[in-house]
Amino acid sequence: MSSWAIIQQSLPMFGKGFELTLWLSFIGIIGSIIVGIIVSLLQYFKVPVLHQLASIYVEVSRNTPLLIQLFFLYYTFPVIGIKFGAQLCGIIGLIFLGGSYMAEGFTGGFNGVSKGQLESGKAIGLSRWQLARYIVFPQGFSLSVPAMAANVIFLIKETSIFTVIAIPELTNTALDLIGMYYRSNEYLLVLVIGYAIILIPLSIILTLLEKRVRYGSFGN
Amino acid sequence: MAEQILQVEHLEKYYQKKYVLHDINFHVDKGEVVTLLGPSGSGKSTLIRCLNGLEEYQQGTITFEGEQINPTEKNWQQIRQKIGMVFQSYDLFPNLTVMDNILLGPTKVQKQDKFAAKKEALDLLERVGLEDYANAYPRELSGGQKQRVAIVRALALHPDFMLFDEVTASLDPEMVRGILNIIQDLADVDHMTMIVVTHEMNFAQQIADRVIFLEDGHILEQTPSKQFFSATQTKRAQAFLDSMDF
Repeated sequence: MSSWAIIQQSLPMFGKGFELTLWLSFIGIIGSIIVGIIVSLLQYFKVPVLHQLASIYVEVSRNTPLLIQLFFLYYTFPVIGIKFGAQLCGIIGLIFLGGSYMAEGFTGGFNGVSKGQLESGKAIGLSRWQLARYIVFPQGFSLSVPAMAANVIFLIKETSIFTVIAIPELTNTALDLIGMYYRSNEYLLVLVIGYAIILIPLSIILTLLEKRVRYGSFGN
Repeated sequence: MAEQILQVEHLEKYYQKKYVLHDINFHVDKGEVVTLLGPSGSGKSTLIRCLNGLEEYQQGTITFEGEQINPTEKNWQQIRQKIGMVFQSYDLFPNLTVMDNILLGPTKVQKQDKFAAKKEALDLLERVGLEDYANAYPRELSGGQKQRVAIVRALALHPDFMLFDEVTASLDPEMVRGILNIIQDLADVDHMTMIVVTHEMNFAQQIADRVIFLEDGHILEQTPSKQFFSATQTKRAQAFLDSMDF
């Protein structure tokens, strides 16, 4: 069979993997942003106990590979009686990883708000909460958009690791096909194109968003 | 004797063993304009930043409107509504329009009626010649315009006392006059009590009732303005004046 025919035949399967990659990434990214916001707020307001817990979470999450996190969720948790399906494991793992990256991005944004802004806010009598609400958060979130965009791309790529717990996303589909038909060149090519179709347009959109946000809010 | 609005007694600020402000004593009468002069690094900015709680001090007391300030952040939050401050770097909030910059304090901190606050803000903007810029964002304004908005933002809280920290230092020369005129107007028309840190000697001479001269964190002299600019009490202050081109 020609390479072209091999590729054509595999497309329906890759299509399903493509959809799953997109879906898991989407849920994982939304979840990561939510966790990131919560964690960064706990740290910003130094909420007793919770902010220390948040710091421990960030350190553990950022300093362990997703691969190992997934093994833990998939193989070790059932031993202590907690069992999730593979896809749920993948989503939880991705959010566990992404939450800390997003949190660090938001915290970086909050810290990036200049001292002058804080002082002029204080000078008009704003309370700590008002300062956060009207000055630090709006400016900090804008400042964290580049970090958030980088994390989005990073998390989508990380979904390729889901293959180790047999989630049939893009990478898993390619590896399966290669295992069955030994046509690695063709399937790897489709795999690369599959990721590029997701990531290149997204990356362009995110760059435009960054420019827009920068133009929209800054230039004091 | 005029009513005193602010008394500073034995104020000390130091980092470890290094003094930044040393045994600072002075008072300001209601309606008086005091300028703080002195070479760079003499502690002028640090001193006025202590007066609205942006800098901590280690010893001494500040008494404002008859009450000695207990320097906790919570107390300062209340007091800052009475002590307006304008900075060298304007620091308008870039995420808010000119109008929202001005209204933030009056409506969120003081819970003033929004409609009335807005009307007053427009009057103040008109007074500084920026009535057409209410809906502009700070990035659309020149430095001089930003600084005028910053002054309006402070005035909108109805302060009893204003602190100006080198407010013309980062402006183009042709913008400086406009800002100084506004400050002069506040002194002449509103009889606003203020402390002005400036390097504009002509302006200092024009506006000040009294000059406080600082060096190395010490007050070297406090002299009525007329006298200071004709003959200073200390040689150091005279040398400082001689070095200024005015």
